[in-house]
Amino acid sequence: MKSITRQKSPEDIQQGLSGLDRVFIVGCGTCTTMTHTGGIDEVVAMKERLQEQGKRVTGFTVIPTACDDMTELAMKENGPAISSADCILSMSCALGVHRMNLYIGKPIIPAVDTLFIGIEDSPGYFREACAQCGQCLLGETAGICPITACHKGLVNGPCGGTNNGRCEVDKEKDCAWTLIYNRLKEQDRLDLMRKYQPPRNHHVTLAPRSLRIQ
Amino acid sequence: MASRFKQALDSGKFVITSEVAPPKGTNLEKMFHHIELLKDKVDGINITDHQSSVMRYPSLGGCLAVSERGGEPIMQMTCRDRNRMALEADLLLAYSRGIRNVLCLTGDAVPVGDHKEAKGVFDLDSLQLLRAIRQLTEGKDLGGNELDGAVEFCMGAIVTPEAQPIEPQLIKFEKKVEAGAEFFQTQAIYDLENFKKFMEYARKFKAKILAGIVLLSSARMAKYMTQNVPGIFVPQALIDEMSAVPKEEMLAKGIEIAGRAIAALKKDKICDGVHIMAIGKEEVVPDILEAAGL
Repeated sequence: MKSITRQKSPEDIQQGLSGLDRVFIVGCGTCTTMTHTGGIDEVVAMKERLQEQGKRVTGFTVIPTACDDMTELAMKENGPAISSADCILSMSCALGVHRMNLYIGKPIIPAVDTLFIGIEDSPGYFREACAQCGQCLLGETAGICPITACHKGLVNGPCGGTNNGRCEVDKEKDCAWTLIYNRLKEQDRLDLMRKYQPPRNHHVTLAPRSLRIQ
Repeated sequence: MASRFKQALDSGKFVITSEVAPPKGTNLEKMFHHIELLKDKVDGINITDHQSSVMRYPSLGGCLAVSERGGEPIMQMTCRDRNRMALEADLLLAYSRGIRNVLCLTGDAVPVGDHKEAKGVFDLDSLQLLRAIRQLTEGKDLGGNELDGAVEFCMGAIVTPEAQPIEPQLIKFEKKVEAGAEFFQTQAIYDLENFKKFMEYARKFKAKILAGIVLLSSARMAKYMTQNVPGIFVPQALIDEMSAVPKEEMLAKGIEIAGRAIAALKKDKICDGVHIMAIGKEEVVPDILEAAGL
């Protein structure tokens, strides 16, 4: 499971950095490396682009996993370069921005948009896998999530937009309910599809969601 | 008391419904004209709910216009734009203003319409909406609270007899029947032989089936629909029949084809009625009925 990101446009990044001339760049060795949005190659390319635009890059680093506690160490190790910067340009996903926010008072400007939590189905193809709804249905839907795999997130079967096993919103996309039907049939568990699924609870945990274990 | 439409369904007669699309804007003249044109010729007039996810004057407003003109409205209600609270509230309003028939739909996807950046709600789906109405009928809202005054609607839903694969559609159809759907208006059907097979299956259930008749207005439209619209199959013979006539006669040919299909469905008692969708050509619905000998 990975945090799937897309780089913001050069114009949007420039806009985000307006008035902030000294920049320290942070990439991530995990998810944004995998999606080529914030690994070492992209961080170096960003450094060069910013320098061409007249920015002063005070330094850069790629944290192995920007969302965990290695971030604190990376911030300390790069203390002087970060201190002399006006801001951090984050090429990690939003979770990395949140983590850095714990340790750094300076503005942290995201260079990527975090799109979804997904998996890499085939090389270079990332698919949303879990919407973290808090009411997992996978046991009743043959391991295919109707919340993420169906455009409308329908839990009671296909809509009328199903088109020879494809979805009307994207002819390249499989209809989730055709997939679920086929797999449940293979498992001889089609009775699960006949079961009424009541309306979803959108407050399984109250927003903003949090959980304390102990 | 049962709605006029429900009485028609229960009477055993061949039921005719048609539909009117509200305008994009507040000029309601054309919609009023179409309502006047149809209200005495059909058993119910569906008012579409932002069909194809295109923002328009609301279905509820159109239904009130039908009622005010002495017609029998069937309120189309999709789950795309309102959460359960808003749907429930609109049902209370509709009932209080004399609307007695609801067609429950999940609704088209937002990106196919004209507000592509809008949030698709889908807090409920068509099946959950049917059950919600049943609960409101029993005097309780979806929060489990008592209502001071319940509702009573004749509830319907849709089914797509030409969907591929068909089995998942049929499972959902059966779930809708169990949820209390009393009538179904089908997606457009053109292949009567295939529809007969569907009806052999559907006859096992007590819900009434109104076959969807979509007017073919040109050969190009027929080809487009069969290639691009999910769940619609126009047999090549009909496309050829449309193509064989000059462009200016295509509409008349489409009317003839629709009338012929309706007459055949009625004569052989294949289904309980028809739902005529003229999509932008509501003016010719009376001609279709005439062509069908109705």
